[in-house]
Amino acid sequence: MRYAADPPAARLTVALDELVAIYHRPSGATHLLAPPAPELLDALAEGPADAADLLARLSRRFDLPDAAPDAIEARMEELVLAGLAWRA
Amino acid sequence: MRHRFSVQVGPVGFRVGSAWRGPIAALERLYAGYPKPDVPDMTVRLFPERPWRRFARPSVAISGDFWLPDAAPLPLAQGLLAAEMGMNLQVALGWRRHLLLHCSAVERDGRVLLMSGASGSGKSTLATMLAMRGWRFLGDEFAFVGLEDGRIHPFPRASSLKNASVASVRAAGGTVGPVLEGTPKGTIGYWRPPESAVQRMAEAAPPALLLFPRYGRPENVERLAASETFMLLTQASTNYVALGEAGFGALTRLVRTVPALGIDYPDGDAGLALVDRLWGGL
Repeated sequence: MRYAADPPAARLTVALDELVAIYHRPSGATHLLAPPAPELLDALAEGPADAADLLARLSRRFDLPDAAPDAIEARMEELVLAGLAWRA
Repeated sequence: MRHRFSVQVGPVGFRVGSAWRGPIAALERLYAGYPKPDVPDMTVRLFPERPWRRFARPSVAISGDFWLPDAAPLPLAQGLLAAEMGMNLQVALGWRRHLLLHCSAVERDGRVLLMSGASGSGKSTLATMLAMRGWRFLGDEFAFVGLEDGRIHPFPRASSLKNASVASVRAAGGTVGPVLEGTPKGTIGYWRPPESAVQRMAEAAPPALLLFPRYGRPENVERLAASETFMLLTQASTNYVALGEAGFGALTRLVRTVPALGIDYPDGDAGLALVDRLWGGL
C-alpha cells in the first residue's frame, strides 16, 4: 500500500512534550500525535511511499534497529483514519 | 423591546432587552458603576414564552444573536439569572476576538492566575476569596486570551456563587446579593467585584499559572503535561474550533509557557493556603 499526505505547509506543528499538536489546515482539525506519526508525515513530504520506503526514509534520520514495515503500515492506517494521510 | 439595558464589561458591550422591568432593574443594580458601550457587540432578549405569559405565571424565554434551541425558560423571579445566562451564551457562542476559556482569573503583581474546572470545582469561590484578599478580580466565568500576545483580558462581571459558596463568602466578610433560590443550579448568589476591578477592566496581563482545582478532596498537587493541559483546555474553550489557526496558536502558546497543576483541596481555607503556596513558589 502506498500512502500520501498534504505538504508540510498544510500543517502547523507544535511539540508540546512527547506528544505533538498538529493543526491540519485543509480540515481545520487539531490532532495530538505520538511518535512516529509526525515523522511519518514529514517523510511523506518527499512524495508518496509504501511502508518499506517510509522506513528507509526514516532510517536516514533516525536509528531504527527494531522498526518493522508492518508497524509503519499500522501507524499509516491510523493517519489515514485521522484524515492526515490517504492511500495513494 | 419595552425595557432596555446596556453595559460594557471588559472587551464586550452588551445590550439586553426585556418584556419586563424586573430583570432590567436587577441588572441596573448589579452593574451600577460599569461603563456603557458605544456600540454593543452582543444582544440578549428576554421575552414571554407565549404572549399571555407576560402576565400569567410570567415565564422568561431568552434569545439573542446566538442561541441553543433547547434552552428552557425561567420564572420571572429568576429574570436576572436568565439575563446573565443569555449574556454568557452570547459570549460563549459568538465571541471571536479572543480565545475563550471557561476559567476564573485573578491577577497579582502584574501576572494572572487562571483556574479551570467544571461547575462545583470551586473556581468561582476561590477567585472571589482571592479578590477579597487583595488580588485583582478579572472574572469567574471566562478568560479572554489575546490571540496575538496571549495576555488575559478582564471580564469582571459579578461572580456567580452557588449553594454553600454563598455562605462561605459571607462568612469571609463578603457581600452577596441578590440571592436567587430554587434555580436549575440551586441557590445562586452574586458577588459584585470591587470598584477597582471595574475601573481597571481594560488592563490585560500575562498568565503565570494555570490551576485545575477540585473541591472537597484530600489535598493533592499534580503537575500536568502540556499535552494533557492542551486537551483539557480545548474542552474548556467555547470558541477554540471556530477560531481555527488563531485558536491553535493561542492555546499552544499558553500551554507551553504557563505551568499547569491539578489541585485537590478539602475546603476553602485549605484551597487559599495552597494557592498562596503555589503562587509563592513560581
